Amino acid sequence: MTKEEIMGQLTEIFRDIFDDEDIVLTESTTSDDIEDWDSLEQINLLVAIEKHFKIKFQLADVANLENVGSMVELVSKMIA
Amino acid sequence: MSILDYPFDNAYIIQKKKSIKKELLLKDNFVEKKIAILSGSTIGEIKNILELFLLNYGIKPEFKVGGYNRYYEELMFDDGSLSDFAPDFIYIHTSNKNIENLPSPQDSPKIVKDKLEKEFNKFKSLCEKALSYGAVVIVNNYEMPFYRMYGSKDAVVVQGVVNFTNKLNVMIADYIATMDNLYLNDINYLSGLIGLDNWFSLENWYLYKYALSVDKIPDLTFSIAKIIKSALGKNKKSIILDLDNTLWGGVIGDDGVEGIAIGNEQPAGMSYTEFQSYLKKLSSLGIMLNVCSKNEEKIAKQGFTNRKESPLSIDDFICFKANWEPKHINIANIAKEINIGEDSFVFIDDNPAEREIVRKSLPSVVVPEVSCPEDYIKAIDRAGFFEITAFTKDDAKRNEMYKQNAQRAAAESSFTDYTDYLLSLNMTSEIGAFSNAHCERITQLINKTNQFNFTTRRYAQSEIEEIISNHEEYISVHANLVDKFGDNGITTCLIASVKDNSANIDLWVMSCRVFKRHLEYAVFDYLVEQCNKMGIKTITASYLPTAKNIIIKDFYEGIGFDIVLDSENEKRYIFNIPENYENKNKVITMEVK
Repeated sequence: MTKEEIMGQLTEIFRDIFDDEDIVLTESTTSDDIEDWDSLEQINLLVAIEKHFKIKFQLADVANLENVGSMVELVSKMIA
Repeated sequence: MSILDYPFDNAYIIQKKKSIKKELLLKDNFVEKKIAILSGSTIGEIKNILELFLLNYGIKPEFKVGGYNRYYEELMFDDGSLSDFAPDFIYIHTSNKNIENLPSPQDSPKIVKDKLEKEFNKFKSLCEKALSYGAVVIVNNYEMPFYRMYGSKDAVVVQGVVNFTNKLNVMIADYIATMDNLYLNDINYLSGLIGLDNWFSLENWYLYKYALSVDKIPDLTFSIAKIIKSALGKNKKSIILDLDNTLWGGVIGDDGVEGIAIGNEQPAGMSYTEFQSYLKKLSSLGIMLNVCSKNEEKIAKQGFTNRKESPLSIDDFICFKANWEPKHINIANIAKEINIGEDSFVFIDDNPAEREIVRKSLPSVVVPEVSCPEDYIKAIDRAGFFEITAFTKDDAKRNEMYKQNAQRAAAESSFTDYTDYLLSLNMTSEIGAFSNAHCERITQLINKTNQFNFTTRRYAQSEIEEIISNHEEYISVHANLVDKFGDNGITTCLIASVKDNSANIDLWVMSCRVFKRHLEYAVFDYLVEQCNKMGIKTITASYLPTAKNIIIKDFYEGIGFDIVLDSENEKRYIFNIPENYENKNKVITMEVK
């Protein structure tokens, strides 16, 4: 799967969770850019991403996710 | 089927919670309740998902969420915010992470025993304190630990955490059994059902301090929502069952009575036998069983009378509809005959086409998706249609009472004069103010009754207790009804609030199976008598229309009230008590308690 494809699927997950069809993600999108993106929703995002890509994050993986780019990077590494 | 009905997709619910909530809020007729959730670990998402399940049950919650792991302090040393919030429900979200005094291998048996007592006493004082807020309190027991120092022996040695948890859970259960308004949310069973390895996630604990895996939150909150809706009287009351390939294997009309699969001789027969046994137990808990099947009635009945292996017998059913009418018509008729709303029914049928037509024609009847007999029990059990919180004597007798009603209907048709018929019933009734002994049944009746209910106000047991203790400001009435066919139990309650020499009927409910037996007159006579004693000259009342209480829309004018307001949302009435008030009831022998 290419990074663009991962980004596309992440966008769908973000749109579901924040119930906002207008969300457009870029690599530099962070929690500052999306109104409801707080620590609670961060958990939901990670759980949904795990489910969707059938992967399991480890503790160390998710501690330093600074933006969407690093999420794509992490997913891409894990499904490779 | 709603996406929140069992079996639901946990991940889907969590991911779509915002749009699900929006959609649920489009419905109306919500009962509003205040719910405090106190935290022993992270609860953020627990609140959000619980809200969805409650909305799905027609309950609109207003939440107060406690601070992270502050459940003990917030309950025991309330700064006033919890009592100001005045919760209807308090849910204390604790787990084995909150056990402070766990045993360890070097402890002596004496130390372990002390730890157990300490832990239990803490639990008990928390519950007592929580109940003092006047709310219904829901508490968890403890799930099993995720590792065991002694392996299987952990359940055997006193220092084992499994052994300790088992003991603590039994102590908690025995304690809760003695308490009113305190309900157990059995996470020990729930986590077993799901599997401990699935229930608990170390990552979710270390990262976010969730004491259960985030994707199991729907299971936890569904369990809590079932308790809340049950306490609010929103349980289903009755099951309607198909016969062929639902209660036995095969088609009795084609295969013959000897050809159907029932009994423990073969695997297929076993599954139907077990399902029938399950239904028989449900029936003993007061759930009414009915048949709705496309069959010749005479042949269909042989499935029970000629096959002795069949656990159910004809007498276990209230209505037995075996004919060729469409099923939704039969179901609507059953609802009319036993006089409960269509939304009180669960319909079980193996045939997807029949299920679909019933869902389309009668959307308030619940129709679980079942495909094979080994699914049936699970579909009913897990969905919690009949989740029991309070179980009263009247519940156990309900089936008997409805059967007697059918006999009364038969007797009624042999009289031409209705008063003669009523006199022939030899009715007696005990009437009096609310008492603590009947508090549970009174609360249940108030919260379950939708038809003969003028205001559809709901009361928690704690509010009833308050009314019992306040004779100056409230007149309360409850009455039972006994006739020659049997005892109907407590079937009516009235609450009137007293102010400035006037009494206002805040609430009046009556079980529909006794409506028009003149018990309604007897209750009013009693109310007038109480008013006279207190020097009250006028009685006021309201009728607030709902979809279900149309049958009483002209009741008050019928007993002599004057209408003072007649709007779309409310009718207001007044009754000036005449000097020479004459009792309206002339057919029931009353005994005042």
